[in-house]
Amino acid sequence: MKIREVIRVLDAVVLTGEENLDMDINSACGADLMSDVMAYVKENVVLLTGLVNLQVVRTAEMMDIKVIVFVRGKNPEEKIVDLAREMGMTILTTKHPMFIACGKLYSAGVTGRGVWD
Amino acid sequence: MKEGIISKEYVIPANDFAVAGEASSNVKKILIQLGVEPQAIKKTAVSMYEAEMNVVIHAGGGRAFVEIDEEKILIKIKDDGPGIPDIDLAMQEGYSTASDEIREKGFGAGMGLPNIKKYSDIFNITSQIGKGTLLEITVFFKVKEFIKI
Ligand SMILES: Nc1ncnc2c1ncn2[C@@H]1O[C@H](COP(=O)(O)OP(=O)(O)O)[C@@H](O)[C@H]1O
Ligand SMILES: [Mg+2]
Repeated sequence: MKIREVIRVLDAVVLTGEENLDMDINSACGADLMSDVMAYVKENVVLLTGLVNLQVVRTAEMMDIKVIVFVRGKNPEEKIVDLAREMGMTILTTKHPMFIACGKLYSAGVTGRGVWD
Repeated sequence: MKEGIISKEYVIPANDFAVAGEASSNVKKILIQLGVEPQAIKKTAVSMYEAEMNVVIHAGGGRAFVEIDEEKILIKIKDDGPGIPDIDLAMQEGYSTASDEIREKGFGAGMGLPNIKKYSDIFNITSQIGKGTLLEITVFFKVKEFIKI
């Protein structure tokens, strides 16, 4: 699924990284604890999280995750968006809570699993 | 010193979530520039980042020493923090002494040390109560062409 499709499915807003909208993702990881994200190995991952701080972007950087979705309408501070921009990542925000956002993506066909779960 | 060896040293600040991860980020950039394979870069980046976060959160800061040659990276992370009383226990998935405040910041899943063990090729941890902790992480890799930087 392309990122532009993720945006449509989640009624999301793009905060940075418009240039990646045609990038493909095939699995998703929903987590609020960053070590759980780092235990999850899969390529082309979208990270959904209710946690909003710089370490989310750092974690995504280490894991080569290019797309982060902040759920439940959370809006990151400027410096978070700036760091993501510097890393060439896409940041999305959606009004949907975590469970609903994950469910919507799963129903739309993003069903890839990590290798350690 | 063998040609092509890169040495770096980083100071890891205490309790500063704004700069935490910068050392790992810097090392990741160096490996990308050197043309190291992506899989090995990810293994290194995650291992070092978890170790760096532990020093930020649990040890009041520390230092990272990094050596890179044509076939591997060795990362030593050293702190003068409280030490780990029971390393076997600390290595267990889900074991954490992190406060609720730390958990609210997204850390304290108790998966850091297990993640480091999983991602590194050689992992050594030694700790002395009241003195500090030393982690040695090695990741081996192949480079198509070791680009001198
Ligand atoms: N550098 C360190 N200094 C002191 N204690 C540490 C250090 N690293 C880890 N620990 C201890 O080991 C536990 C497990 O570490 P880890 O697996 O990274 O989980 P977490 O950081 O999420 O608590 C920590 O909660 C802490 O008690
Ligand atoms: Mg940890």
